Amino acid sequence: MSIETNEFRPKIVAFCCNWCSYAGADLAGSSRLAYPADVKIIRVPCSCRVNPMFILRAFEKGADGVILCGCHPGDCHYTTGNYYARRRMTLLFSMLDYIGVENGRTRVEWVSAAEGVKFSQTMNEFVEKIHSLGKNVRLGDLRCKN
Amino acid sequence: MQELINRAKELLESGEVARVLGWKAGDLPYNPEPAYFEKAEDLKDFVYNGFCGANLSKYMIEASKLEGKTMVCLKPCDTYSFNQLIKEHRVDRDKAYIVGVGCKGKLDIEKAKKLGIKGIESVSGAEMSDACDTLTFQTIYGEKSCAYADAMLERCHVCKGKDHMIYDEIIGESRDTKDAERFAEVEMIEAMSPAEKFAFFQEELSKCIRCNACRNVCPACSCRKCVFDSTKFDSAQKANVDSFEEKMFHVIRAFHVAGRCTDCGECSRVCPQGIRLHLFNRKYIKDINELYGEFQAGADAEARGPLTNFTFDDCEPSIVAERG
Amino acid sequence: MQRIGVFVCHCGSNIAATVDVKKVAEMALLEPGVVHAEDYQYMCSEAGQAKIQAAIKEKNLTGIVVCSCSPRMHENTFRSAAEKAGLNPYMVEIANIREHCSWIHKNVEEATEKAVILARAAIAKVNLNAPLKPGESLVTKRALVIGGGIAGIQTALDIADAGYEVDIVEKTPSIGGRMSQLDKTFPTLDCSACILTPKMVEAAAHEKITIYTYSEVEKVSGFVGDFTVDIRKKARFVDAGKCTGCGVCQEKCPSKKSLSEFNRGLNTRSAIYTPFAQAIPNVPVIDTEACIKMKTGKCGICSKVCQAGAIDYEQKDEILTQKYGAIVVATGFDTIKLDNYDEYAYNQSKDVITSLELERVMNAAGPTKGHLERLSDGKHPKEMVFIQCVGSRCSDGRGKSYCSKICCMYTAKHAMLIRDKYPDVNVTVFYIDVRTPGKNFDEFYRRAVEDYGVNYIKGQVGKVIPQPDGKLLVQGVDLLDNKQILKEADMVVLATAIEPNPDVRKIATMLTASIDTNNFLTESHAKLRPVESPTAGVFLSGVCQGPKDIPETVAQAGAAAVKAIGLLAKDKLMTNPCTAKADELMCNGCSTCANVCPYGAITYEEKEVNDHGIRETRRIAVVNSALCQGCGACTVTCPSGAMDLQGFSNRQIIAEVDAICR
Repeated sequence: MSIETNEFRPKIVAFCCNWCSYAGADLAGSSRLAYPADVKIIRVPCSCRVNPMFILRAFEKGADGVILCGCHPGDCHYTTGNYYARRRMTLLFSMLDYIGVENGRTRVEWVSAAEGVKFSQTMNEFVEKIHSLGKNVRLGDLRCKN
Repeated sequence: MQELINRAKELLESGEVARVLGWKAGDLPYNPEPAYFEKAEDLKDFVYNGFCGANLSKYMIEASKLEGKTMVCLKPCDTYSFNQLIKEHRVDRDKAYIVGVGCKGKLDIEKAKKLGIKGIESVSGAEMSDACDTLTFQTIYGEKSCAYADAMLERCHVCKGKDHMIYDEIIGESRDTKDAERFAEVEMIEAMSPAEKFAFFQEELSKCIRCNACRNVCPACSCRKCVFDSTKFDSAQKANVDSFEEKMFHVIRAFHVAGRCTDCGECSRVCPQGIRLHLFNRKYIKDINELYGEFQAGADAEARGPLTNFTFDDCEPSIVAERG
Repeated sequence: MQRIGVFVCHCGSNIAATVDVKKVAEMALLEPGVVHAEDYQYMCSEAGQAKIQAAIKEKNLTGIVVCSCSPRMHENTFRSAAEKAGLNPYMVEIANIREHCSWIHKNVEEATEKAVILARAAIAKVNLNAPLKPGESLVTKRALVIGGGIAGIQTALDIADAGYEVDIVEKTPSIGGRMSQLDKTFPTLDCSACILTPKMVEAAAHEKITIYTYSEVEKVSGFVGDFTVDIRKKARFVDAGKCTGCGVCQEKCPSKKSLSEFNRGLNTRSAIYTPFAQAIPNVPVIDTEACIKMKTGKCGICSKVCQAGAIDYEQKDEILTQKYGAIVVATGFDTIKLDNYDEYAYNQSKDVITSLELERVMNAAGPTKGHLERLSDGKHPKEMVFIQCVGSRCSDGRGKSYCSKICCMYTAKHAMLIRDKYPDVNVTVFYIDVRTPGKNFDEFYRRAVEDYGVNYIKGQVGKVIPQPDGKLLVQGVDLLDNKQILKEADMVVLATAIEPNPDVRKIATMLTASIDTNNFLTESHAKLRPVESPTAGVFLSGVCQGPKDIPETVAQAGAAAVKAIGLLAKDKLMTNPCTAKADELMCNGCSTCANVCPYGAITYEEKEVNDHGIRETRRIAVVNSALCQGCGACTVTCPSGAMDLQGFSNRQIIAEVDAICR
């Protein structure tokens, strides 16, 4: 299978917390559960480390989708980090939706270290969703209005 | 106003306060500006009228560092900001003598201008002792008038109420000027399609010249150094590079004040481009109220902000897509 | 500018089969700062590490990127290899091109392209890495155990046996806790006192153990290895040094109307009292609310009769300040209040009792001297009904949502003991489910049913109605027969839910240990770190963490002790250097960050700063790096970005984002 050059290849950034989701991604790997290579993972200590500015930055630099994965509520390694992340991301996503960014481009998913299958499934779904939305033009670097 | 000046004089002369923070007349009849008065005789320049929209609570950050107490004039809505600043340890309550000043709604000269009132030489009917029903303008084209409410700032139409949240004494009467729904505009935008929303905000934000007036006036945006001026985020000094920058700036600015913004409306008041910046803040406020329970920043100086709080059963971010 | 070396691992064919490793190394060389790139079959092998070390020395590398398996696998391996070659271990970054790339992609071109990007992101990050040094803190070799029940006693004994000093702080006048109130224990039916008392004596006699009874923890400051704790020793009004424990004062005390806490209020005690005969220490306390001398100034009989002269009405509370390296919480439980369960007539009838009260009734030292009798009229009961899950597994918000875990077993025990001692008594148990996981537990329950003829009815009781003749009418339902049951009983025993000791909330706040909605202390990890609190240096023993029976409690007490010993055995603690740090010139001192810190690691100081020539005193956030665990919650909540996380800084993460989106 060769890569078609004109085919849409989304850029997807996945922030994964070190304790659950990054380990979940590792498990997906060791279980050979494939998901598209468009997903690139950035390791953060906790979902609460993810600043909304990182997400906007990714979009600014041309990302087509950004997903944040952390420990399930109640299981945070730092006990409360994902609760804060949950509120922050809810408000941020709502704002992005409000200014006209398609809300499928952002997602939060709780993935435990044991959920390799869920990690892989989530990434497959997310990539598919981004494919259906197409290239991110709204939040991309528009340079000028018209 | 005279009662206010008399009281200020008294406090200055008795040495109870070292200065008075109020307003003085500007170069036009409708643009009084925030000012310090350190001597009783300087108070001759003191004004307080319908054009004194400026929220003085932020000035107390610097005034808290000065020797002695400062008498600060705060309108009901300003007291929310002051409480929030106390909560964040930015102002020293003990350094402030808070005079809660009466408010009958503040004016937006741009609204009067839009009604065709131009070449204004003087205004009457905007004194707080007046009934504040009708404004009469002497213009180079003759006398013109309009209803007081028609020239009111947007924020006064959705007034939070006439009660001062914190004060040492109250001078003057206030009235509730609310005659519109606070979230009506936000709801209108929420009902748009994504493409319409995008077009709406692109239109609004493309006007932004990154003058930072909104940031400088905002009592919640009181960081010593703004993250947008910081080298630690690689986000500094990028004004006007691209429209994304503006979007990022306003989304993040609103996010940083989410749960702390009292909806004082100063950002929209000072924007030289007339961008309705409160639409960002109010969206966060609306979401917070709906998702985490009613919250009014600055209603007191203790309550934990919604973004530094949580419950186990908080909604998931997917609610954004689910509620459509 | 950094001088970065990039090392691409083949992992045999694990990576090399799908990723063109040579291409990855080649592309890496084009990245800023990269001065060296090579690939090798097994980077983690001795030979692979030697290659890295040689390159560090030869090319004066200031940072390295290893493109290999997950950092969770070999980050430490490569860090220590780098350290041995003189490079700061925190100048190492891993690009995970195995689990996150070669293992999940089949197409070589695609996988190689991704591996190049992952390497690029790691290079971009390492360009911004700074050498980090773990901090060191000294460990005070002394442990504090809060609570002197079986959990606390066992933990203290285990720690003391390992050679460390331990202090037990117990709120009540004696150690022993709930277990001392029990009559017999399941599933072996040994007498509780017979197995507990020797442990109490052993703890009291242990040269490494100091017991502070009638004392409470008042204040905790400091952090793992170096806690400072204020202990309030409440005035006993009896000089423990002089008291011989003869008991004459209690005999002669004229105020004998106070309800006995130990006997759950079923009988009374004197104003000067020891809770029970085997109390340790065997030194009474004076209940100031009941003491006539304290209330009126007249009496003083105990002082007159005390030959040792131990009574001291002037005694005051004492505050003791002590340093500890580790703290174990063993605050135990109590039964819930039954105010929400009026239907069981607990407050209306003396013959409706809780299971813990039944323990006292059955106990030879209890209010009835061990005779099973109705508390209203002292008559011997003929019909007894046990109601299970009173306040447990409750979904309507009146009680607790959880299963109290011990009730099924103790009810089987009670039923069996009653049937054994009084074969004339009929015993009926209403239950939702009978839960008997545990060694020899189900066998025990089967014996109650099969050998002792206890009548188990699956179904709940709707109401207990006291009758004019003193009997209790129990209205229940038999779910298996699908019929209503009306039963006249002489006594009803409620298997009342247990809940954490109410004081635990105060203690958790002092320790910044987190607590769940049911007031149970939260463990650091539900499966893998069940006896450690998320707060470093705080360990959990017994029911304060969740419902447990005695063997489980003792096992967990031992586990908590081992964790504490592991900590105390160290002279110094290396602290994780990836901690938050506030930029003094940017910090607003607004306290928002402290609100989200789960560890209480952020405090505020008035600090003199020089901000580009402006000298002023500012309120500034200071992170205690020994407490900070590096989650980063504060960094996002800080609006100015003054708070940053070392090792995962804003600029580092943004550089990764940029590299991936490029």
